[in-house]
Amino acid sequence: MRTVLTGAEAVAHAVKLCQPQVVAAYPITPQTHIIEKLAEYVAKGEMKASYIRVESEMSALAVVVGAVAQGVRAFTATSSHGLLFMHEMIHWTAGGRLPVVMAVANRAVGAPWNIWCDQQDMLSQRDTGWMQVFAASAQEAMDLTVMAFRVAEGVFLPAMVGLDGFVLSHTAEPVELVNTQEVEAFLPPLDFPLRLSHHDPFTLWPILEPGLYHRERKDLFKDHARALEGWLQAFQKWEEVTGRCYEPVEGYQLEDATVAFLASGALTGTVRYAVDSLREAGEKVGLVILRLFRPFPYDHLRETMAHLKRVLVLDRAISYGAEGIFSQEVRGALGGLCPIQCCIVSMGGREVTPQVVEDLYYRSTMVSEGVVLWS
Amino acid sequence: MELKYPRSEFLEPGHLACAGCGAALAMRLALKTFDEKTRVVIPASCWSIIAGRHPDATLKLPLIHTPFAVAPSVATGIRAALDRLGQRDVTVLVWAGDGSSYDIGFGSLSAAAERNENIIYVCYDNEAYMNTGIQRSSATPPGAWTTTTPYPALKKERKKDILGALLAHGIPYAATASPSYPQDFLAKFQKAMNIQGFRFILVLAPCPTGWRMDEGKTVEVGRLAVESGVFPLVEVEHGNWKITHEPSWIPIEKYLEIQGRFISMEENERITFKKAIDERWREIRGRT
Repeated sequence: MRTVLTGAEAVAHAVKLCQPQVVAAYPITPQTHIIEKLAEYVAKGEMKASYIRVESEMSALAVVVGAVAQGVRAFTATSSHGLLFMHEMIHWTAGGRLPVVMAVANRAVGAPWNIWCDQQDMLSQRDTGWMQVFAASAQEAMDLTVMAFRVAEGVFLPAMVGLDGFVLSHTAEPVELVNTQEVEAFLPPLDFPLRLSHHDPFTLWPILEPGLYHRERKDLFKDHARALEGWLQAFQKWEEVTGRCYEPVEGYQLEDATVAFLASGALTGTVRYAVDSLREAGEKVGLVILRLFRPFPYDHLRETMAHLKRVLVLDRAISYGAEGIFSQEVRGALGGLCPIQCCIVSMGGREVTPQVVEDLYYRSTMVSEGVVLWS
Repeated sequence: MELKYPRSEFLEPGHLACAGCGAALAMRLALKTFDEKTRVVIPASCWSIIAGRHPDATLKLPLIHTPFAVAPSVATGIRAALDRLGQRDVTVLVWAGDGSSYDIGFGSLSAAAERNENIIYVCYDNEAYMNTGIQRSSATPPGAWTTTTPYPALKKERKKDILGALLAHGIPYAATASPSYPQDFLAKFQKAMNIQGFRFILVLAPCPTGWRMDEGKTVEVGRLAVESGVFPLVEVEHGNWKITHEPSWIPIEKYLEIQGRFISMEENERITFKKAIDERWREIRGRT
């Protein structure tokens, strides 16, 4: 069924069909509409779940951790400062190998205050052991939420589904609704083997001596490689069930391109217009869309980008004192295959029009590789 | 007074507490009132250590360790999951120190109490951050030495009234308890067990290491705390206050002088200490 939904409503719809038993809710702009919608579902009886109104984001994730540790599926959503307030629990969740799924409406981080979109919040949690995907549309936000549950519960790693704050969370778009039959065919019930049990009582997360701790971390690291397989399988199965096709990395006008932008999220829609416009002007330009960020799809990036002569990475998160975070990552993946130009395209929701992207393209031809370009 | 409780021992020998640990004694005693299904939630505290290093678990119950500030929230999640699974008969017990209860986790504790979560929350109060090596908490009494209140900068402020703070949430049951009075202690846990909603029990857990005292005097110092009126034994059931043990009003000095942490206490701190206790008792008398 085709309808019109905001990104927040699309995520909430997906969550409803995944049937979490526990939802922990704490509001933060621009995520709030997700948990508001879930509250409505629960209040109307459309969703059978305990809906717990906690006092902080730290507790929101802690409630989810408790519920999943007891063996049931659970959900929460957050953004920006809320995500940062969770930081300790973010690490704990991944270290505890809990298959939690959390939506993150991507938003800038203070100070100064700013409620608009960039990806500094989620990318600052890069090294916590969570999987990360970025949706480029309300449809993707919905689909990736369901897929995240399957992958997370297959490899026991938590997953964040990022959607651009306001640009996706608050903007209504046409969406093909996922339905109950599709989710049932796609998502098996949660089976968390370490759930608390009195039949064979054990202690979750006691002190581990250094050698064992080291081994646990090695497992966490190695299972991210398994997670990449998990995403590929989930994409394939999703296409079988819904007909919608996903890849960790996708291209737009890439086949004959010599130069490409790399971007993620809803920004990629704008960049498509810029690519079309530049092509009309005779430039052989394309776009690489990075959808899966953790586990990082090294091979997919290399294959997609092997023929390029130059890449302009459109960053919306920065490692201060270095460069844009995607730029660093792509530079690492391509290992000198071609020059990488870091372009900080928008922090705190600074407007990005196709013209802004085109300007960056032309300016980038006049500077050397190491210069970070700001829009 | 005859008490019936299981002879069960869920705390096995070989735990990692210091000699004379009041918190270990309190746990052993408290668990006699719980059954084998109980989920135990322990935030960062001495008990993160006492419970043992993998694979040597000393607590024979399903146990989950949590970060410092969120034990009540993790317990909430477990409770919600158990209820969804139809396991309403399983008790969820939070066992937390004064560091998490009075200070860093006070927000999540308050929230769980406000939601009236169906859990039992025990604060074992040893009046300082003992696990990190005896630093001041808001449970530390005035005039006490800690490593962050070294002489002559001993703690100036009075101890936070956490029982009063929790009661302000309108919870169905709150009590204080001392392992030096096992019958009173067990009676309160048994009562708590049969009440639905958020139950809070504040246990004074003497700490020979941090209180700078002989490790053989844990029970004695607990008795002195009660008999001098320093630690009133009370319970509040649905708003009804009851003094469960009337002190014999021995001089407070008897309690202070066997603890090295009070050795440098000066007159003004002694006055603050006594004044707080006098006021507490006036308040208790006013409510009972």
